[in-house]
Amino acid sequence: MSIFINNASKVIVQGMTGSEGTKHTRRMLASGTKVVGGVTPGKGGQVVDIDGHQLPVFNTVAEAMSATGANVSVVFVPPKFAKAAVIDAIDATMPLVVVITEGIPVHDAASFYTYAQSKGTTKIIGPNCPGLISPGKSNVGIIPADITGSGPIGLVSKSGTLTYQMMYELRDIGFSTAVGIGGDPVIGTTHIDCLRAFQDDPETTAIVMIGEIGGDAEERAAAFIAEYVTKPVVGYVAGFTAPEGKTMGHAGAIVSGSSGTAQGKKDALEAAGVKVGQTPSETARLLRAIMGR
Amino acid sequence: MDLFEYQARDIFEKHGVPVLTASVATTVDEAEKAATTIGGKVVVKAQVKVGGRGKAGGVKLAENPQDAREKAGAILGMDIKGHTVRTVMIAAAAPIESEYYLAILLDRSNRTFLVMASVSGGMDIEEVAHTAPEKLAKIPVSAVDGISLAKAKEIVAAAQFPADVADQVVDVLLKLWDVFQGEDATLVEVNPLVKTNDGKVIALDGKVTLDDNADFRQPDHEALVDQAAENPLEAVAKEKGLNYVKLEGQVGIIGNGAGLVMSTLDVVAYAGEKYGGVRPANFLDIGGGASAQIMADGLSIILGDKDVKSVFVNVFGGITACDAVANGIVQALELLGPKATKPIVVRLDGNNVVEGRAILAKAAHPLVEQADTMDGAANRAAELAAK
Repeated sequence: MSIFINNASKVIVQGMTGSEGTKHTRRMLASGTKVVGGVTPGKGGQVVDIDGHQLPVFNTVAEAMSATGANVSVVFVPPKFAKAAVIDAIDATMPLVVVITEGIPVHDAASFYTYAQSKGTTKIIGPNCPGLISPGKSNVGIIPADITGSGPIGLVSKSGTLTYQMMYELRDIGFSTAVGIGGDPVIGTTHIDCLRAFQDDPETTAIVMIGEIGGDAEERAAAFIAEYVTKPVVGYVAGFTAPEGKTMGHAGAIVSGSSGTAQGKKDALEAAGVKVGQTPSETARLLRAIMGR
Repeated sequence: MDLFEYQARDIFEKHGVPVLTASVATTVDEAEKAATTIGGKVVVKAQVKVGGRGKAGGVKLAENPQDAREKAGAILGMDIKGHTVRTVMIAAAAPIESEYYLAILLDRSNRTFLVMASVSGGMDIEEVAHTAPEKLAKIPVSAVDGISLAKAKEIVAAAQFPADVADQVVDVLLKLWDVFQGEDATLVEVNPLVKTNDGKVIALDGKVTLDDNADFRQPDHEALVDQAAENPLEAVAKEKGLNYVKLEGQVGIIGNGAGLVMSTLDVVAYAGEKYGGVRPANFLDIGGGASAQIMADGLSIILGDKDVKSVFVNVFGGITACDAVANGIVQALELLGPKATKPIVVRLDGNNVVEGRAILAKAAHPLVEQADTMDGAANRAAELAAK
């Protein structure tokens, strides 16, 4: 088991014919992901050869789904066109849409998130995220596939490289699924959604949750853990040294006044019984201690 | 990006929100001239991107142009919570009868937009929200539907605006929505929105935050950047497309990925406690692809910071593997030549880490030393900075 994606996931790549899309399609295929086609409006009918895989290109997600049976879409479309691409996927009732694109205006993200909610048939992960991986089963996005294999840890993180770092620290144990939910102010899938899925996934026995400054997602996740999660959770929060009012790389990573601070998030998680590491390495050690590994 | 009050006022005016006649001044001469043009009593207001300027003496009423000159003289150059006043806004004085509050903002928690409205304006709205929450109406606004006439009427009724101003407030709300949506704002706040004693509703003071991600479709927004306040190193970094924030410490930081770099700053600050409080000097995320040129650009910015005593390069090799990063560092140091003058601690982990470390070992640059772990590297960089 794993969450959100598995062996049966059939993936289409929106923006496959662009340079980023092509590069990562190649990597996803190399890691065994079933990529079945791509969508680029205006290029429908073409067939692209990627390392010997003949991948058809469609004008719309609906066409791609009916021709290939795809049930996951990953979006590499530039910010300017990303909203239209996601709306196209929602209109096609694509069950899972993973938006890798960084730099999407928050009005566009709020708009496609609201639209997806109103339709009720599409789950969005991201934007501005590295995607998700269930090692050995499917890899949707840009997470390096060769860091570690499958195992019992579930990981949810706002940050891509901290996801990789944590997978690397715990590479001898392995992961059921690692989900990068993204660092933007409005994202489709939250820590809570992933915590719930990991709690309900029989293969996952322990959870790592990585947060960072900005917003109150970690505080809300802490409340959810106290109420719903019985599996052990360890946490890490980045951004203790971030000054107030400065955006730290991720559009959503900003301390506003006294809200969104790393200390506030750490305190909330600890109050919910989550052990929080001071560094990524210490966080890994805390998890090892809990798991007896 | 947060705007100055006068910039918010200009944007309001552009979208038809009623505002007072005003102009900006950076000298006492300009202030006197502006007051003469406006005529009558004026208000001289410090332009700073921080709250509490009234209490700090940054807002003064002037009886005539000569008085405006004196008041501007007192306010220009004033320090308000660490912000130097470089500009004042001279605005017509309005006889105020009532003060209200109106804001449209991004509600991150609920992933939607939110209107906040109150007939108890003019004061700190967080105070109102805390002490008298029933006086602050909060109404969610769909990011798809926005604020229609019907929605605006619903909001005005919910906030219990008096009947004599209700229609005007509805109109203001619709125009503020134009500002919010049309300018890609994440906050549009009017505090206070006033009723003058002749019954007109006017936005007296405004706060606007714009979404930098929308710059590609908002070409006018570039002109709103406050260049005087921008750190010169941050300005250079921006030109080179690097994500850099100047901080107060001594250890220069380069890493890949926003989360990892934030984490690196924290780990350096912890390690620095042992060395008399050494702190990170900056945030610098070079992103996924750490090419030689990007690494050279990043290193040259950091080495140009006179506060920096040591550098910590912290890279997790993902898509760009460690050998490519190591080559980037070696070539960057060749590009920089004698300009590279400070010790550099490098920690590489992840894909092709063995090859990457071997490349750095072979190059044997006298300034570069390697560390096996992030914590160990942070400790060494802090130690070097404390020397």
